[in-house]
Amino acid sequence: MKAGSLLRFFSGRDHRLTRAVVLALAFHLCLASIALAVDFPALSGRVVDQAGVMTAEARNDVEAKLKSLEDKSGIQLVVATVKSLQGSDIETYANQLFRFWKLGEAKKNNGVLLLVAPSEHKVRIEVGYGLEGTLTDALSSVIIAGAIIPRFKTNDFSGGIERGVDGIISVLSGDKSEWQEKPKVRSEGSASDFDKLFPILFFGLLIFIIFYLIRHANGPGGPGGRGGRGGPIFLPYDGGSWGGSSGGGFGGGFGGGFSGGGGSSGGGGASGSW
Amino acid sequence: MNKIWRWPSLALSLVALSLTLAGCGYNTIPTLEEQAKARWADVQNQYQRRADLIPNLVATVQGYAAQEKNVLTAVIEARAKATQIKVDASQLTDPDKLKAFQDAQSQLTGALGRLLAVSENYPDLKSNANFLALQSQLEGTENRIAVARRDYIEAVRAYNLALRTFPTVLWAKTAFSGNKPMAEFTASEGSEKPPTVKF
Repeated sequence: MKAGSLLRFFSGRDHRLTRAVVLALAFHLCLASIALAVDFPALSGRVVDQAGVMTAEARNDVEAKLKSLEDKSGIQLVVATVKSLQGSDIETYANQLFRFWKLGEAKKNNGVLLLVAPSEHKVRIEVGYGLEGTLTDALSSVIIAGAIIPRFKTNDFSGGIERGVDGIISVLSGDKSEWQEKPKVRSEGSASDFDKLFPILFFGLLIFIIFYLIRHANGPGGPGGRGGRGGPIFLPYDGGSWGGSSGGGFGGGFGGGFSGGGGSSGGGGASGSW
Repeated sequence: MNKIWRWPSLALSLVALSLTLAGCGYNTIPTLEEQAKARWADVQNQYQRRADLIPNLVATVQGYAAQEKNVLTAVIEARAKATQIKVDASQLTDPDKLKAFQDAQSQLTGALGRLLAVSENYPDLKSNANFLALQSQLEGTENRIAVARRDYIEAVRAYNLALRTFPTVLWAKTAFSGNKPMAEFTASEGSEKPPTVKF
């Protein structure tokens, strides 16, 4: 009975539009469910204590340190504790979470994620592409083994995280004389100037071509006709809808609140367990 | 008056046509193809990085455990074999080529795993700072390889999908009829996971 009516629904001529809408909706639901296969905690701040293992005091301390690091060097260091790794290993989870949150600036990829999974007894420092040369795998591993693991073994998560963050910050900032200079980051910015200029060049060229064509289309009376007749036709286009589209899309960056800057990681860093 | 309008409208329709082409996904296939090729370059870089670490690692282990000759030569041989096979971005459509590359690399992974397992028996080696640093670099590289492989597989999937699905399939059959689907990694058991190293 139900199947019959469904069949009629899907074959009825008058329901063509409805059918298309239903199919489209189903398709989008499919996409959405794929995208949400692993659900990550929201990036609510510099410390995301989903597992609830840190004291409020330690949280505030660490948050202040992370903020001052970002203010001084632009490096976005985030601490996360999760209830569960949802069946994946910590390397995969950390990499995906890092990319989900897009830590660090997009051009510099200068983000770092300190991920703690208390129920799996695993910890990882995931380093963005741009900081791999400064916070190397070997140094990350030393920080984990020396500063974090011993405290985690005695269930002192707040202490371990604080010491770990101190270690990461001291590596990233080098010694005091180097503090003035930001740590070198692998920048992908070489093309950015061209990227910004490209729309302007493109529309400039377009306008040039159009004027050129108009001039030639006018035949013998060309040059005179250009200023008098061709101009007024096209200038409004330039100032109107087209000009607007060339200017948009390059703002980006950090607005209000706290969010990732668009950085990515290629799996740099180190893991440990206790 | 009509004459003035003809050229501008032609130019306008050209612009409109190019925008329409872009909107209909003409750019999708070349974009995805280049992305997949770039991801492949990452994969090869990371494998190369691992290969570059090995001479140092072998030298360090040799200093403490010269009698483990078999294991050491196995690593050196596997490395030599693995570095010989390079897959150019244009050869990515050839699954056999990719398989040969992968086999050679996973053999090296196995040989390295045995080397690290053997080094467990030498306490002096295990506490050597150089060895520890190399070990963590190796672990990090294995993880980077895993990430790069995952990214490549995803990029190839997106590209292959574009070749077969609407609306990009229209372009795949016409303008890009020479484009073939790229080969995916057949993730062989265990090679996805970095060898576990205990301190």
